[in-house]
Amino acid sequence: MKNSLAERILDFLKTYPPFDSVSYSDLYKLAVETKVIYVDKDETLYSQGKPAKEHFYIVNQGAIRIYRQEGENTVEIEICDEGDVLGLRPLIVNENYNVTAKAYEESIVYGIPIKTFNQQFENNAEINKYLITRFASNSPARFSQEDNNTIFADYKRTTQTDYFSSKIENLTTPAAWCSYKDTVQHAALKMSDEKISSIFILQKEHPIGVITNKQLMHTIATGKHDIKENVTRIMIAPVITASPDVSIAEAQIIMLKNKVEHLCITQDGTPESKMLGMLTQQEIVASLSNNPAVLMKQISRARSISRLRDIRQQLNQLLRRYIDQKISFTHTSTVVAELNESINQKAVELSLSDFTKVPPVNFALFSMGSQARKEQLVPTDQDNGIIFENVADEKLEETRSIFIELANIITKNLHTIGYEYCPAEMMASNPTWCLSRKEWQEKFKNWIHNPTEKSILLSSVFFDFNFVYGQKYLIDEMSNMVYSHTPNNSRFFMFMAQDALKNPSPIGFFRQFLVDQDGAHKDQFNIKQRAMMPLIDAARILTLHHNLIGINNTAERYYKLRELEPQNAEVYEACAYAFKALLKFKTKNGLATLGEDDGKFIKLETLSKSDKVKLRRCFKPIKSIQELLTVRFQGII
Amino acid sequence: MPMWKSIVKTFNYYLNRKNLPPFWKNYKETLKGIKKKDIQHSKFVVFDCETSGLTPKTDRILSMGAVTIVNNEIDIKNSFERYLEQDIYSRESAEIHGLLRNGKYTKHSEEEVIKDFLKYIEGAILVGHHVGFDVGCVNYALKRMGLPKLKNKTLDTGVLFKKTKHELYAELHNKIYSLDEVCDELNIQKKDRHTAYGDAFLTALVFFKILGKLNKNKDMRLKDLFYVPKIKY
Repeated sequence: MKNSLAERILDFLKTYPPFDSVSYSDLYKLAVETKVIYVDKDETLYSQGKPAKEHFYIVNQGAIRIYRQEGENTVEIEICDEGDVLGLRPLIVNENYNVTAKAYEESIVYGIPIKTFNQQFENNAEINKYLITRFASNSPARFSQEDNNTIFADYKRTTQTDYFSSKIENLTTPAAWCSYKDTVQHAALKMSDEKISSIFILQKEHPIGVITNKQLMHTIATGKHDIKENVTRIMIAPVITASPDVSIAEAQIIMLKNKVEHLCITQDGTPESKMLGMLTQQEIVASLSNNPAVLMKQISRARSISRLRDIRQQLNQLLRRYIDQKISFTHTSTVVAELNESINQKAVELSLSDFTKVPPVNFALFSMGSQARKEQLVPTDQDNGIIFENVADEKLEETRSIFIELANIITKNLHTIGYEYCPAEMMASNPTWCLSRKEWQEKFKNWIHNPTEKSILLSSVFFDFNFVYGQKYLIDEMSNMVYSHTPNNSRFFMFMAQDALKNPSPIGFFRQFLVDQDGAHKDQFNIKQRAMMPLIDAARILTLHHNLIGINNTAERYYKLRELEPQNAEVYEACAYAFKALLKFKTKNGLATLGEDDGKFIKLETLSKSDKVKLRRCFKPIKSIQELLTVRFQGII
Repeated sequence: MPMWKSIVKTFNYYLNRKNLPPFWKNYKETLKGIKKKDIQHSKFVVFDCETSGLTPKTDRILSMGAVTIVNNEIDIKNSFERYLEQDIYSRESAEIHGLLRNGKYTKHSEEEVIKDFLKYIEGAILVGHHVGFDVGCVNYALKRMGLPKLKNKTLDTGVLFKKTKHELYAELHNKIYSLDEVCDELNIQKKDRHTAYGDAFLTALVFFKILGKLNKNKDMRLKDLFYVPKIKY
């Protein structure tokens, strides 16, 4: 019987190694036996320690995360995407799996039976060669990286670094370099372009010297040498080198001995071989300490999206540690929010450099919702929009389509970093949220002057927006417009208040928690919707009413309100406190369930008695603030 | 006389039921108890028919394609692909599916294919994009063989897809989604469109993705799938 699906599988397989070297009829026999497997996000494909299955896998769509559990620690190994083969080694050598493979995002993988594979290819030289190199190199063997051995490739980092056994290979960063024929000025310009504090001088790929910031100060700034002189006149030689195979501890000893802050990594560890990159003291500290200042620096120097993804994962660890160490939550959330924002900015910057077109007019990308309020600690879904400068009517759609194209790159990159797509598609890639200055103004005016239930639902997200990237004046103008149109618009406030009051106090009549009655989160307590949204909504409407520009954070809004209305200081204070406590609850829960959702669903049975009491205490201010809203805004009509 | 007609109909029905061939009885037997299984252990058959036109009653099935999903897996070897011998043929639809009357594929009689298909869908829940049409076509083929209608439970990916939509876009619940639109939105590469096996495979991928979206917490029951939500707003 004809099997066209098998042909289709074959078409896919034959584009990737090792199958690209196989004859059609052999591959067809393999394709017929293939299974198409769907794995949802975070579903396990195979787990460490379990006996090998009958199939190995090739990723068709999506991405599979490979990691190893070493005692308490999780060691990230790699992320396989389209065309990568995984789970083959244990089948060939007859071992249990030594790593776990879990879907990083929803994926479709093809399962290929090892039996057929062996029968077909036992004597195929090409395939054997492939297998030997795969297993011998023992390095992350992604198809996509295999033919990519440029020395400036971005490196991959294991999130947990062991000082004595980890090789420095993983910490090696791209190094700036220039030729030994260049001038000092040329070298300095390169350093400045690449925002790097040292540059290596290469002669036929071999490092012969190095120039650092300090050296420039001593030789050029003092006037001893001229910027037109040759680099070899001022460089420090010889270069201290190391091989990529030494451990972090060894590398650090080399640095201490030679009193340098960076090492040049060469192929065989001597200055007489090809330079691969460099290792800085900073990278070592960063890999071991994970502190915000270092992370910030790493963000600004990141050159690829996958690097940002690693940093975002490190940020999660930092957050977890801060919470474990009971560091002030206000401080924690500020630090994380700042870093988060930088990651977002950098992501846009990188997306722009990938973008082949040039944005035709000024534009700005802004975030909305929790990120704009700086309350997003665990990554949630992305809510963002684009505003661009007015253009002539006939050019409008053309301009929009260019920005949507850009937005598609941005949202995809943000997704790769770990920010889910917005389920309601409130993203700049949606034509509804990618508008010109004039269109946005009309939209906001419409929301304010003709409020309907749906527009309020939208505006409650949109009135918290924050500049991320681009021309800031566009965003400033937009918020000024919002604040200049809201005063004395009682109809608008009435709608907003109604919306803010639609979530009743989260405690039922018998003081039990109101849990979701049905759906996916049955019997779970939705802390965001039931407890946090009423506080967020109330803070927003009150600040809009007072025309307070530029404060987005809910807790800060309450503190400002406390100053403005001393008579209600007590309520506001309690709300600010309760909000922070709830956010902490949500964050903790989000870290525990990382990847599933952002922690808004709390399983009540997991809460201790004292936690439940604490939670209940937070609900009291909700009731008070809702009463305050009722009195203030329902009375207007 | 409508009443007389209905009596004859009922009479014929019981008469027929007694004389149904054994393969039909076997098929019917396998459908018992499938409602009690959970999603993971249920057998879903995703299928698609290419037809000579859009009227199930007068048009004929030209080809059928189907794949079986059990526990989020499709076994390629166990896929269903048949091309039927044609009496009725329309030039317009040939331009869509590219099946010529005397094409290069091995062909079978309608009766053979339907028998094979009944065997293939034993104990299964049928899934299709706008599945009502495909089921209708099969039912008319069954009728020509003197058999009753299909007894399987069915799921329509067109309807399921709407369930994944955020309630903010409630107005979309009235929209009818084509397979192309659904694939675009779910980011599925379209290939071999308008071939029965190609559409069946695409629909299977659509079904996977929809199920993944709906069953995020792995606690969905089979009966939830058949539940169509009321529209808010």
